[in-house]
Amino acid sequence: MDKLHKLQVEAIEKGTVIDHIPAGQGLKIINHLQLMDKKLRLTVGLNLPKESGEFKDLIKVNEWHLVNEEAENLFLFAPDATINQIENYKVVKKYKMKAPKLLKGVFDCRNQNCISLTEPVDSKFIVDQSDKGLRLQCHYCERWFRDWVFV
Amino acid sequence: MQNPLFQRDVVSIKDFSREDLELIIKTAQTVKENPSGQFLAGKIIASCFFEASTRTRLSFETAVQRQGGQLIGFSDASNTSLGKKGETLSDSIRMIDSYADAIIIRHPKEGSARLAAEVAKVPVINGGDGANQHPSQTLLDLFTIFETQQTLDGIKIAFVGDLKYGRTVHSLAQALSLFDGVKMQFIAPDALKMPEYICEELLSSGVEYQVVQKIEDAVEWADIIYMTRVQKERFDPNEYHLVASQYVLKSELLKTAKPNLKILHPLPRVDEICTSVDKTPYAYYFQQAENGLYARQALLALLLNEQGIYG
Repeated sequence: MDKLHKLQVEAIEKGTVIDHIPAGQGLKIINHLQLMDKKLRLTVGLNLPKESGEFKDLIKVNEWHLVNEEAENLFLFAPDATINQIENYKVVKKYKMKAPKLLKGVFDCRNQNCISLTEPVDSKFIVDQSDKGLRLQCHYCERWFRDWVFV
Repeated sequence: MQNPLFQRDVVSIKDFSREDLELIIKTAQTVKENPSGQFLAGKIIASCFFEASTRTRLSFETAVQRQGGQLIGFSDASNTSLGKKGETLSDSIRMIDSYADAIIIRHPKEGSARLAAEVAKVPVINGGDGANQHPSQTLLDLFTIFETQQTLDGIKIAFVGDLKYGRTVHSLAQALSLFDGVKMQFIAPDALKMPEYICEELLSSGVEYQVVQKIEDAVEWADIIYMTRVQKERFDPNEYHLVASQYVLKSELLKTAKPNLKILHPLPRVDEICTSVDKTPYAYYFQQAENGLYARQALLALLLNEQGIYG
């Protein structure tokens, strides 16, 4: 492991490392998970070089684990990210994000005439993944959106 | 006869299977032959029109009364708690749900019928939710196509006019994709062409479609021409006249039509079908509107009778 890479993934005793986040999405994920509000110890790497020559963001959070639903909700921000669960400085579980079938309460519908914006209900989107990319359909107004509309 | 529609919500045409649609069409045929069957006797139906819609409301309310049902409701929201006191739709529906055996809802916001169906325990029928769905219109369209062609399989249908914003066109195309060998032609200004997501759905359902430039190109080919209105507000006023004139059906364009051709339109028409067409054997839009009554009678009878109308 070279020095640069070692610095990027330096171990934490216990917590979560979210790696391979597309550059530019790291702060959005922190904001979405409200990690700043939880008084957690965060280490954030932005625009870190990858071996491919591209760049990535990385988030390390001490004493905190992602629950499944939170991990699913992050898929749109970072479909190729890996989640590393750390215990005693070791990776005890490592997994990739999976496209959820349904996103509930994550984003507001972008259709300004959708009933979900004015009623006391969570937004719901059905997620459709194909070779043309990700699409989301609002459960209420049935409008289709490309993923980039939200992230 | 088993009735899979008993106590179902009718929110989106995509909630129906081919078998569901065939049952509704068959029931509508029976109802048309004998429109006075008392299939709603003792039932109270709430007709909740949060926005005005004369044709749909009168058609639904006639369908209820013809079958012996009773109506409660309102024809616009301005005098309701929702309109005057700011009550949420969810709360309004919860209250109405406790009074009625079924709720017909028309509302300007998209998704309102889905929300109402989630809140209510009784069946909810979508009478139009903004620009989204209007499933009972599609049911009457399907019934009319079946009535005039004796089948829905293998139908050749040309859609003309506003294919981008016209919800009736989207829903009918989606519903017909459940049938075998259906072919479609789309004739629309560039700015109002069929949305990509509908085209993708049609392709994945195995429907063949073509984009055609002129109505004349479809006349010889089609069993059904489904006309819609090109709305002025979609265009610059100068551009509108130029564009709209290309999507007007005149009787002289029908010389090469097949004998079985029927012209449909969800109405109201403005000037996209010349009145000269009304006298031709191809015009069927007024019968189509009348069929709305029978399709809605059939739908209500099926939702509220466990054995359907044949039990």
